[in-house]
Amino acid sequence: MAVDLSRENAAVAEEMPDRATLSRMYETMVTIRLFETRLVELFNAGKLGGVLHVYIGEEACAAGVCIHLETHDYLLTSHRGHGHVLAKGADMNRMMAELFARETGLCRARGGSMHIIDRSVGVLGANAIVAANVPIATGAGLAAKWRGEGQVVACFFGDGATNHGAFHEGINLAALWDLPVVFICENNRYAQFTPQRMHAKIEDLAIRAAGYGIPGVQADGQDVLAVYRVAQEAVARARRGEGPTFIELKTYRYTGHAISNPICAIGRPDEEVAAWKARDPIPPLERHLLEQGLLTSTELRAIQDAAAARVAAAEAFAEASPRPRPETALEDVYAEWPVGAPL
Amino acid sequence: MAGGGAAVRELQYRDAIREALREELLRDPAVVLIGEEMIDPWGGTFGVTKGLSTEFGEERIRNTPISEAAIIGCAVGAALAGMRPVAEIMFLDFIATGMDQVVNQAAKLRYMSGGQVNVPMVIRAAGGSGRASAAQHSQSLEAWFIHVPGIKVVMPSTPYDAKGLLKTAIRDPDPVLFIEHKMMYNNKGPVPEEEYLIPLGVADIKRAGRDVTVVATSRMAPRVLAVAERLAATGGPDIEVIDPRTLVPLDRATILASVRKTHRLVIVHEAVERGGFGAELASIIGAEAFTYLDAPIQRVAAFNTPVPFAPDLEDFLVPDEARIEAAVREIAV
Repeated sequence: MAVDLSRENAAVAEEMPDRATLSRMYETMVTIRLFETRLVELFNAGKLGGVLHVYIGEEACAAGVCIHLETHDYLLTSHRGHGHVLAKGADMNRMMAELFARETGLCRARGGSMHIIDRSVGVLGANAIVAANVPIATGAGLAAKWRGEGQVVACFFGDGATNHGAFHEGINLAALWDLPVVFICENNRYAQFTPQRMHAKIEDLAIRAAGYGIPGVQADGQDVLAVYRVAQEAVARARRGEGPTFIELKTYRYTGHAISNPICAIGRPDEEVAAWKARDPIPPLERHLLEQGLLTSTELRAIQDAAAARVAAAEAFAEASPRPRPETALEDVYAEWPVGAPL
Repeated sequence: MAGGGAAVRELQYRDAIREALREELLRDPAVVLIGEEMIDPWGGTFGVTKGLSTEFGEERIRNTPISEAAIIGCAVGAALAGMRPVAEIMFLDFIATGMDQVVNQAAKLRYMSGGQVNVPMVIRAAGGSGRASAAQHSQSLEAWFIHVPGIKVVMPSTPYDAKGLLKTAIRDPDPVLFIEHKMMYNNKGPVPEEEYLIPLGVADIKRAGRDVTVVATSRMAPRVLAVAERLAATGGPDIEVIDPRTLVPLDRATILASVRKTHRLVIVHEAVERGGFGAELASIIGAEAFTYLDAPIQRVAAFNTPVPFAPDLEDFLVPDEARIEAAVREIAV
C-alpha cells in the first residue's frame, strides 16, 4: 500500500472545535507546563529523587489527542508521560505525591515518574522500557474489542521507539487484528541524545505505517488544532472498529533527555532550540482564543491561575504526605500468595 | 491422588492440558489463547490445542505472527484490561525474544502500580531436551524466571498435575509461566472425569520413602520414580520422591519435613547445574535444616554446556537413571 501523506492529511475534516473544547485543551496545556516547570524547580532543589524526563514544549500533543478520550478508554505512555497522564485525568495531588515518593502517591511510591499507573482513569501505564508499551497497547486493544463497548487505546511513544523490535511486533499485530488502538509517535527529533538523522534513514516516520497496512498521518505537534484534527479521525476510526492509525506529531523537547542532562552538553545547536521555542504551542492558542473572541484575557488569566493553584495545592499535599513505611516494600509483589510462605 | 470413587481415565499429558484449556475457555469468556499455529488444522506444534479453534473460533484461539514480544506483550495488555490470556511460546527457548515483556512488564506492573492492577496471564511453553533439536529448541530455563519476583513458575510432571495446575494458573491473579516438557506430551496417567484444581505452592510426594529425599522437577520426576522402584525391588535405599510442581511459590515445608525425616537430600533437574533451581533449594535446606543433614546435599543436573544435536551427546548431558542412582548411593547409608 503506497501512502500519500498529504492525501491522508487532507482527508481530515477541517472542523473547528468549539469554545469549551478549546478552553479545555488550553487548560490542559497550561496545567502540564506549570506542573512540569515546577517539577524541574523541585528536582533542582533536591526535593525530587530519581530521574525526571519532562515534556515541556510537547504539550499540544497530549492535549490534542487526549481531548478525544473518555475515562474508560485506555492510555499507555513512555518514560516521558506526565503530560499524557494528566491529560487523561489522573489526580494531580496523588501524582505529585508519587513523584515526592510518598505513600499517598498513585502507585504508593513504587513506580515513580517513569511508571505512573492510574487504573481509575484508564492509565495502564507510563513505561520506562522504550517501545514496550506498543505490544501492551495492542493487548489492551484486544480486550477493548472483546468487551465491545467502543473503548479505544491511545499509545504514546517517541521517535526512538519506532526503531525497536517491540514497536514492529506490536503495531503489526494490532493492524492484523484491526484493534482499536491509536499509536502516537511524538517525534521530538531525539532518541535520548541521538538526533533523528542518526537513528533513522527516513525523515517522515509516518510512512512506516504503510508497512503495516494502516493509515499513517502527520501533524504539526506544536499546533494543537492540527493535533486535534488528526487525533479526532484516528480515534473515531478506532471506535468504529476500523483498526489502528499511526500518527506522527512533529514536536520538540526543550530540555535534555532527563533533567540531569544539560541541554548544551549533548550537541543541540542553540539556534535549533531557539527556533523551536519560538514555535511554542501555547501562545498561538491564546492568540486564537482572543482573536476569535472565544475567551477574554481575564478568562485566560483565570485558567492560568487556577492551574497554578492546583500545582501549588498538589505540592502542598505531597509535602504533607507520609513517606512509605520501609517494610511495605514487601507488599504487592503478588496478588495471591500461600499464607505464611516466605516471598 | 484422584478422589475416591470418582471416574478416572488414562489421559496423555497433552490431552490433560487441552482439557484444562477447554474447560477454562468454557467457564470464563475472558479466557483467550494467543500464540503461533495453535489453530486447526495445526493445533499447535505438539498438538496440544487441536480442536479448540474449531470449537471456540479464531477470536478466542488467536493465531499470531512469529512475534514472541507481541504475543507476551499482547497478553500483558489484555490481562491489564480485564481478560485472562493464555499465551503460548512454542519452545521455551523462544521466550528470550520476548523477555522484556516477561521480566520488565508482566512481573513488575502490579508492584509498580502499588497494587492497583493485576496481570492475570499464563505463558505456556514447551521446555526440555530429548528431540535432537539442539541448543535453541531444548533448554530448561526455569531458573531465569525464579530469579524474577512477580512471576510464578509451574512445571508439572504428570497429566493429573498438568491439568489441575493449569486450571489454577489460568484463574490465578498473577502472571504464571507454565513449563511443559516436550518429551512428556505422550505420557499417560490417571485424570479424573470431574473437575479439580491443584493449588500453586503445594508439592506432591510422589513416593514415600525412609532413607533419602529426592526432589525432582518435570521429566526428572518420573525418571527418579523409576530409579526408586528399581532400588526398592533390589533392596537398595528407600527413596522419598518429591515433585515441587511449582518452583514459585515453593512448598518449602513439605521438602523440609522430608529432609528432617530422611536426613539426606538429592536434587535432580534437567536444567544446567550452575545457578539452577537446585542451588536455590540446596541453600534453603542448608540454612533451615543444616543440623538434620547427615550427608552433603547432592545435585544431579545437566552439565554446564549448551544442548548438542547428536542424541549420543544430548543423552550424555541430561541426568539419566545411572547418574541419579549413583548420587543416591553416594549419600545413602
